[in-house]
Amino acid sequence: MLSWMAWTWPTALLFISLFTAIGILIVIEIRHPGGDERKGVLGLVTTRGDRLFITLLGSAYINLAWLGLFGMPLWFALAISIAWGVFCFWKV
Amino acid sequence: MKTINQKAWLFVIPVLLLVAFNALIPIMTVVNYSVQETFGNNLFFWQGLDWFEQLLNSERFYSALGRQFLFTGTILAIEIPLGVIIALAMPRKGFWVPVCLVLMALPMLIPWNVVGAMWNIFTLPDIGLLGYFINNVLGIEYNMTQSPVAAWVTIIAMDVWHWTSLVVLLSYAGLVSIPDAFYQAAKIDGASNFAIFRYIQLPKMKRVLTIAILLRFMDSFNIYTEPFVLTGGGPGNSTTLLSIDLVKIALGQFDLGPAAAMSLIYFAITLLVSWLFYTLMTKDDEPKRGDRI
Repeated sequence: MLSWMAWTWPTALLFISLFTAIGILIVIEIRHPGGDERKGVLGLVTTRGDRLFITLLGSAYINLAWLGLFGMPLWFALAISIAWGVFCFWKV
Repeated sequence: MKTINQKAWLFVIPVLLLVAFNALIPIMTVVNYSVQETFGNNLFFWQGLDWFEQLLNSERFYSALGRQFLFTGTILAIEIPLGVIIALAMPRKGFWVPVCLVLMALPMLIPWNVVGAMWNIFTLPDIGLLGYFINNVLGIEYNMTQSPVAAWVTIIAMDVWHWTSLVVLLSYAGLVSIPDAFYQAAKIDGASNFAIFRYIQLPKMKRVLTIAILLRFMDSFNIYTEPFVLTGGGPGNSTTLLSIDLVKIALGQFDLGPAAAMSLIYFAITLLVSWLFYTLMTKDDEPKRGDRI
């Protein structure tokens, strides 16, 4: 089954980190239920899960935009994505 | 102390398996394909992000994307107001209600490829009823196999014919759920028809309209069968929407890597637009815990 899915280490790592992030959110949710709902700077009411979603979707676009505009390598785009993630969990 | 029964988790397993097999595993496979090149035989070669880079600098992709947004924007701009107007004009009680509802539901019962084939024959200039009428009775030159404008008018008319009913039925469901007391109060205040629409009917329809717009956006953004059967993406490339282009790359040329990269970008666009739209439409609602979709 694994061979037809054509796994590679980079894509496996991507999914492992995704599921780890969701797992961490579940653990936090069990310890502190309620999702830490708040109204952020964008005027949106977000929970921790929403903030993770916004972070990931935003990062996808940041990396795609960098790839389209400047091409490889993506280290700088990664740095922007991390900054975006910090901003999301801090302010949004 | 209240005992906690954890048996509910068992009942979630079937749906988890279902989602895993019809969504999660295919998406993971697409992600894996998007960074590799294959020549068949299940042999894959690492390609990195080349396909993404190639796609993001390809004119072909941007023009297909532009056509896609033009198509989706046009059909939404027609179907949503038209659907609301038809729903407002439909009777609320009596003999005609079931008649109207069944008539409205009819187009949606027809399979998509049949809709494409029907409209293809309907609009042919020599044998089609509509095509013949426009060309020979109205005297307007109309041939969707040759003129891009005619092809566009035809696919938009077809989609409006096929899917306005969905907006109508959803809006109608929203309208009939408004209690009579609202209308009586409006009457006492001497509200005009427009005021009733603006301050009673429209706000009450907001939820169902959100769903209607989301469904129509996603469906029309991913539309494949009907334009493929009707025009095949032509004349030239004029009606080659994103999904038609995608299938050409994936199955026509068997370029699984580029097709996978394109699918992921396609997915990201659908996801962003749907999320933005849903967030903006429900932003003003009072936040209630446990009431989130």
